[in-house]
Amino acid sequence: MYRYDEFDQQIVNERVAQFRGQVARRLSGELTEDEFKPLRLMNGVYLQLHAYMLRVAIPYGTLSSRQLRMLAHLGRKYDRGYGHFTTRQNLQYNWPALKDMPDLLAELATVEMHAIQTSGNCIRNVTSDQYAGAAKAEIEDPRIISEVIRQWSTFHPEFSFLPRKFKIAVSGTPDDRAAIRVHDIGIQIVQDAKGNVGYEVYVGGGLGRTPMIGKKIGDFVPKEDLLAYLEAVMRVYNMYGRRDNIYKARIKILVHEIGAEEMKRQVEAEFAALKKEGALHLPLEEVARIEAYFRPPAFEELPNESTELNKAVLADSGFANWVKSNIAEHKVPGYAIVNISLKPIGGTPGDCSSDQMDAVADIAEKYSFDELRVTHEQNLTLAHVRKKDLHAVYEALKKHDLATANINLITDQIACPGLDYCALANARSIPIAQRISERFADIARQHEIGELKINNSGCINACGHHHVGHIGILGVDKKGVEYYQVTLGGAADEKTAIGEIVGPAFTEGEIVDAIEKIVNTYLGTRQDGERFIDTYRRVGIEPFKENLYAAH
Amino acid sequence: MQLIKNGAFVEDPFVTVGDEDALPEGAAIVSLERWQAERETLRARNTPVGVRLKSGQEPSAIVEDLDKLAVVALEFPAYRNGRAYSYARLLRERHGYKGELRAVGNVLRDQFQFMIRCGFDALEVADNITPEIFAECAGFFTVFYQPAADGRETVLSLRQRLAARVRERATV
Repeated sequence: MYRYDEFDQQIVNERVAQFRGQVARRLSGELTEDEFKPLRLMNGVYLQLHAYMLRVAIPYGTLSSRQLRMLAHLGRKYDRGYGHFTTRQNLQYNWPALKDMPDLLAELATVEMHAIQTSGNCIRNVTSDQYAGAAKAEIEDPRIISEVIRQWSTFHPEFSFLPRKFKIAVSGTPDDRAAIRVHDIGIQIVQDAKGNVGYEVYVGGGLGRTPMIGKKIGDFVPKEDLLAYLEAVMRVYNMYGRRDNIYKARIKILVHEIGAEEMKRQVEAEFAALKKEGALHLPLEEVARIEAYFRPPAFEELPNESTELNKAVLADSGFANWVKSNIAEHKVPGYAIVNISLKPIGGTPGDCSSDQMDAVADIAEKYSFDELRVTHEQNLTLAHVRKKDLHAVYEALKKHDLATANINLITDQIACPGLDYCALANARSIPIAQRISERFADIARQHEIGELKINNSGCINACGHHHVGHIGILGVDKKGVEYYQVTLGGAADEKTAIGEIVGPAFTEGEIVDAIEKIVNTYLGTRQDGERFIDTYRRVGIEPFKENLYAAH
Repeated sequence: MQLIKNGAFVEDPFVTVGDEDALPEGAAIVSLERWQAERETLRARNTPVGVRLKSGQEPSAIVEDLDKLAVVALEFPAYRNGRAYSYARLLRERHGYKGELRAVGNVLRDQFQFMIRCGFDALEVADNITPEIFAECAGFFTVFYQPAADGRETVLSLRQRLAARVRERATV
């Protein structure tokens, strides 16, 4: 894992001091709430329906056990004993008092963490693949360049007041787990014929009220030029992105209006000029310095098959289900990737109590080289676990209600905070996710249905990524009544697609039955081994529509 | 309004004149429209002249005249409109502008340091800004990741110097 040097630490410490002064000005009444807003928004502090919320950055989703213990401690001390992991791999505290925030941030800084640029119209926390360093077919650990980008984007003097927020994601494997095509900039690490590593750059993807898939404008940006290239994209956006209408201010609208070809032309012209000026040239020795922090841990030489694992699978059916859904293949023989579901049946997606955080930290320390990952699907990942330890890990997780065997299954839903917390929401999303989860609680049935991603958003801002759910649920308000609109066929992986609206929206009372009908249509239509999304792609929306609305 | 130039609170020697107003005897700042309409006359004047660019009026409109301009004033119509940060860097870093670069409009204390980093050496600020407040806000941060127009040493360069010193010691 990356460790701060004296300079990284200094910047974070100075930020804490600066924010402490700003909070003091607000508390003394020198600043009105309106005047304070731009300041708190540069530091992840939102005013929600009931209280201030603080969003802590977890750069590219990687945490050490020590950092997770600190998050647990802060949850106990300043919140109500829990935190909420988000779709941007961050953590949110829903109930801290404003007066405590400077102290909270000061404690956070002691474990090399911060809340810098987790809100505001600036470059947000860089997100990446939760399987970084463990995935097969990985060209390069995406966290290396993500850390380079984190530093370059932190307090960037030119790009702190962009037309709108700006999100960058990086993937190091052809399988995309970081949803790079629905980010303002998506970076795909690639290799040329000579083995040189470079970057494909996508721009203009995004969800929200105008969902768009990113367009590739860079085919192979060399490593040493990546920052110059990114600065070129940002400068074009900062100068020409729309500022007249908040709903048309994201880079996706600029790319859509001028076209990907013209965007590419402008970026390349700016890139050529910046390269000539030379200041942003990224020395490979600096990349190597950061890379050294992400070297593979000391893996043991192990047989790929584990007899302990095979025995435990036969003896414990609960464990067998968990292995089937929550374990992914590791690049090193004898190791496995463990996904920890934060989606217990009927629970709030992404919520994690401080006690659970401590438990996960202990497990990560003991079994996975002292570190873990947060996923954009609001779960946790232990990247490097010996197969022979899987049963022990499962047992330890089970004690803390963390062994739900549902990764990528129908109850592994994404949900935004919705009307229960959020001032922007039109409808509740957590309770809908909970009811769907309860309806499909039977684990055998979930496994029978197979991979199916349901994403819930409480308004068109799409924080619950409903557009890219295999089934998307969008809460809308019709004259004071909550309705739920359903989309089908979305995906956020390397075959990114925006879901299609299936028909008229459903009431709160109808929505769970509607989802069940969609699932039954799939089960009745699928061919051997077909996932929901495969069936949908084969047969289209019509059969689903017919079954859903025929009875109405 | 007060003017801070290179960190000092100073009298503004320039008068910003409206497009309909007569030009004063002394130093004046005019709009881009007026500059373009009266370019020859203005270029020929013996007193200093500046141009004020609105957000959306790009520096490319005046690059031919930079040698004649004593001031380029860039407008921030709202603090959250950050377009002028890019204009400022282009003027300093790409077009080599050496004259006064002035931030005008919604210039707030919490943005002073970003502005200075992007090459502004003059800030038009509200009357409640004191020298103490300016000093505090212009100095919030002492280390910087990005190269920018102020030429401050970057973290990368500090790291490289540190590494070089370590290497030197190792070879002694």
